[in-house]
Amino acid sequence: MAANNSMTTDQRNILKFDPQQHEIALATEDLHVYYGKSEAISEGDLQFERYKISALIGPSGSGKSTYLRSLNRMNDRIATVKGKIMYRGLDINSNDIDVYEMRRHIGMVFQRPNPFAKSIYENIAFALRQRGVNDKKELDEIVERSLRQAAMWDQVKDDLNKSALALSGGQQQRLCIARAIAIKPDILLLDEPASALDPISTSQIEDTLLELKQNYTIIIVTHNMQQAARISDYTAFFNLGKVLEYAETGDIFTNPQVDLTNDYISGNFG
Amino acid sequence: MNAKRTDKIATGILYGVAALVVIILLALLGFILIEGVPKISWHFLTAPALAFEAGGGIGIQLFNSFYLLFLALLISLPISLGAGIYLNEYAPQNTVTSLIRTTIEILSSLPSVVVGLFGYLFFVVQFKLGFSILSGAFALTVFNLPILTRSIEEALANISDSQREAGYALGLSRWETVTKIVVPAALPSIITGIVLSAGRIFGEAAALIYTAGQSAPALDFSDWNPFNISSPLSPLRPAETLAVHIWKINSEGIMPDAKAVSAGSSAVLIIAVLLFNFLARWLGKRLYKHLTAE
Repeated sequence: MAANNSMTTDQRNILKFDPQQHEIALATEDLHVYYGKSEAISEGDLQFERYKISALIGPSGSGKSTYLRSLNRMNDRIATVKGKIMYRGLDINSNDIDVYEMRRHIGMVFQRPNPFAKSIYENIAFALRQRGVNDKKELDEIVERSLRQAAMWDQVKDDLNKSALALSGGQQQRLCIARAIAIKPDILLLDEPASALDPISTSQIEDTLLELKQNYTIIIVTHNMQQAARISDYTAFFNLGKVLEYAETGDIFTNPQVDLTNDYISGNFG
Repeated sequence: MNAKRTDKIATGILYGVAALVVIILLALLGFILIEGVPKISWHFLTAPALAFEAGGGIGIQLFNSFYLLFLALLISLPISLGAGIYLNEYAPQNTVTSLIRTTIEILSSLPSVVVGLFGYLFFVVQFKLGFSILSGAFALTVFNLPILTRSIEEALANISDSQREAGYALGLSRWETVTKIVVPAALPSIITGIVLSAGRIFGEAAALIYTAGQSAPALDFSDWNPFNISSPLSPLRPAETLAVHIWKINSEGIMPDAKAVSAGSSAVLIIAVLLFNFLARWLGKRLYKHLTAE
């Protein structure tokens, strides 16, 4: 746990890291998101620490998914995103960024499992091949490593040529995680990855994420507060397009500084 | 009257209407097949037609039909695929694209005889292509383009956006996502659309009467050089198709067995179109199965 005195908070209780002590993987500055004329995110300034899991929670329509999808510019065609998204000293929200290249560093897993209508093997190998990895041995290795990291290698190693659509929902979602990490991103964004899954699959996904944390910076949107409490290091609470509180997960759930956060986590609204 | 009774009566009427449609179709189909199938023989399918004597076949017409179908698909498929991809994947939602869509809808309901007369004026007269395979193939392209474009666009629209997002999230460009993910996933319905449109092209007569012509000159099936006018592949020779042949025999046929030739040709045409339809369903189902499970 980071020492509290190394962090400063403003009146809305937003955690800011001391860059001397915490490596920041991604940060947004003065981020605003508009759908047409209506503003979906009015203030969303967060910093995400490297190799940690940060959870975004909040009621439906609070803007947490919109915020997450803005981070790798998945919203480009449907919304206007203003402000800065800083990654490795670069503002990746600027026009001259190659978004396709950027997304190889900032991967994403979606709410509903969306494997391609291809074999399990091809689901992972396909994007690699598009980027010039053609060596069969190398592909085999990456497929195996990714599936192992997603904790499903033993279940599917004999069925790699079967269609991914024949897998169960939980397996499909883990395949999507394997597919995302196969291209070795820095940061993994997950948009409610377990909300369409049963409790057993959910806990398997959570275990997988805790494993992945060693090598990836993870930002996860979740509706499930227990999930946020179980796996995340930091939690941000969104309401009406604003981040109201961002702190260490333990603090958010035991000692929230903002009344609305307290109301939300104790189930009074949302 | 209570709701249950109303429902029973409505159900009965709907069953009756459906049965009526099926009976009419089956009667028509049965009549054509019973009249025509006994006339079909290997000789009938391969021999050239005879204008004044009995015993002619439909060999050249049958070949012409398939050759025209092949050429028409060869021209219209790339255009339709490009247009469908543009409309569904690239086009912004604005007045221009909605105008394009409306135009396509209007074109797809154009009577085929109008397409044929347009083809006559444009390809046969203006471009001096004469009554030829090429004129016919272009006319069939005009006839087929709007429908094929629509069906490809719909096939693409049925692919969930989550598939596109999956591609983008892996750092794939829009082009890579469309060509490597969306189109392959839509392939079963695209193939079904192509084969169904092939059936329509195969049975088309009105668009061809004034473009591909109404004569089927003798072909030399040992000469496959497309630049020789008697070669089956020559694109500049006139080419009466099976459907046009049926129309012509019935309007001005003077061979003694005109009725028999007409019945046999109709049966062959119907069987071919039915085969296209079954093929479309079978191929679509098979491809879908291949993609989704084992």
